[in-house]
Amino acid sequence: MDALTIEKAVAAPVDEPLRASVIDLSFHYGEKQALFDVNFPIHDRKVTALIGPSGCGKSTLLRAFNRMHDLYPGNRYQGEVILYPEQINIVSPAVDPMLVRLKIGMVFQKPNPFPKSIYENVAAGLWVRGIRKKSLVDDRVEFALTQAALWDEVKDRMRSSAYGLSGGQQQRLCIARALAPAPEMLLLDEPTSALDPIATARIEELIMELAPTVKIMIVTHNMQQAARISNYTAFMHLGRMVEFDVTTNIFTSPKERKTQDYITGRFG
Amino acid sequence: MATIDLASAPTQGAAGGQLVASAAFLRRRAITGAVVRVFLFLAAALSVFITAAIVYILVYDSILFFQKVSIVDFLTDTEWTPVFEKPRFGIITLVSGTLMTTLIGLVVAMPAGTILSIYLSEFAGHRTREIIKPILELLAGVPTVAFGYFALFFLTPLFQIFIPNLSGFNLLVPGIVIGIMILPYIVSVAEDAMRAVPDPLREGAFALGFTRFQTAIRVVIPGAFSGVTAAYLLGMSRAVGETMVVAIAAGQQATLAYNPLEGAATITAYIVQISLGDLPHNSLAYLTIFAAGLTLFLMTLVFNLIAFWLRKKYREVY
Repeated sequence: MDALTIEKAVAAPVDEPLRASVIDLSFHYGEKQALFDVNFPIHDRKVTALIGPSGCGKSTLLRAFNRMHDLYPGNRYQGEVILYPEQINIVSPAVDPMLVRLKIGMVFQKPNPFPKSIYENVAAGLWVRGIRKKSLVDDRVEFALTQAALWDEVKDRMRSSAYGLSGGQQQRLCIARALAPAPEMLLLDEPTSALDPIATARIEELIMELAPTVKIMIVTHNMQQAARISNYTAFMHLGRMVEFDVTTNIFTSPKERKTQDYITGRFG
Repeated sequence: MATIDLASAPTQGAAGGQLVASAAFLRRRAITGAVVRVFLFLAAALSVFITAAIVYILVYDSILFFQKVSIVDFLTDTEWTPVFEKPRFGIITLVSGTLMTTLIGLVVAMPAGTILSIYLSEFAGHRTREIIKPILELLAGVPTVAFGYFALFFLTPLFQIFIPNLSGFNLLVPGIVIGIMILPYIVSVAEDAMRAVPDPLREGAFALGFTRFQTAIRVVIPGAFSGVTAAYLLGMSRAVGETMVVAIAAGQQATLAYNPLEGAATITAYIVQISLGDLPHNSLAYLTIFAAGLTLFLMTLVFNLIAFWLRKKYREVY
């Protein structure tokens, strides 16, 4: 990395260690360009929120972080997403998407537990990493479920199907599933959009609890949620990064006109 | 369907410009609805009636048969010689032939069908799938008599090169050919079930670092379990009922089938054979057709009940 790209990556006025930086990232779905030269940093142990109207590219950007776009033919990345401290460009075709996904966990919009038992769901990420020792797996499963604030509700029914849980419980199960292998970064794609307000509040609480101690997350969701739970906010519009700043700045004194229009509800 | 007839149906409401349906219009709609309902009910009733009629005939003639032959002999005797002077009626011979060819067919078709379904649903690109699926469906359209002679005149001599003591009529080759015949049915149903597993489940697995194959085995197949089971049982029912291939290539000898290299008659092959001869109506040999048919029917029924139970037990609601 040359001096210029580093300067771009750390453009935000902060002195916290970086977990990743996005540098001139563009993305195409076949012929259609969905991201245009996106630049922003992701700070270690902070919650970074991506906000913007639907179709602005925030999910596309998030899914670039664990190469989900590789699953469908015709998609193309340009630019870099550098993961620290290894300094690997995770969107480079030379980097194995499996490796990226083993480092970065993801939770999706709708709860998507596997058609298996609660235990097997949480243990799945350990299994795929070759961790088979029963005592170790049991420990990690319990730890992850405790982190996801689900342990007490499911500890007596670990062998029953994950589909017997409520929507909110299923989503916390998916968070536990992502946390179990201790990923370097956790991506959350509108994790509460399919949930009721009470379940939403629990997940938000959980994200805030996890952020300082465990790892980094990116959340894309509605503005109120971003304001409540994130430290940094990136506002996106039409595939471009309009503004990136400390969350309070974005919501109290945005520098861009478009950001102000969006957060005051004038469009979006 | 009924359209709003501006002259008679709607009347001008008091509020002015409001469209209000007239009584005559509503009545016409009710009549159309009733006619459609009766028509649909008759269509459904017809299929139930036909099934019931078949069962009635099978059971009725079987009762006549069992008035002359004890059911214990029928189930325990190991010889099947209904047209001999001293006839013996051990259905177990024919059942063993049927089970043997079915088993061989399933040993071929289940692994091949599962692998092919996984390939088509999880690995093949759109274009590859569009080429392979119609070809498979074409396989299902080949007349079974062609498969029968394919087994007898092509595959059996070919196999005899490698297995010298393989009889000209045997159970192995028809079993394999049955496996090939039921493959399209298994693939079609199993692949549909796998593709019905929602993409977010796959994405969840990939996000954890699963490979495509691990995703297929650990997530897609458990998710499609009831459909895949249904595919196997559909294939099994077809294999049990398959007639032409075994009638042509498995021989007519009603013996206890334990060696797949030898020929043996199956239930269906026996029914074909006995129906072709000129048997006096209501003779004992004639009545064996119905007893054998009822046995076949009960076997398929049991498989279907197992399928029904499995589907209910393992059905996944996403």
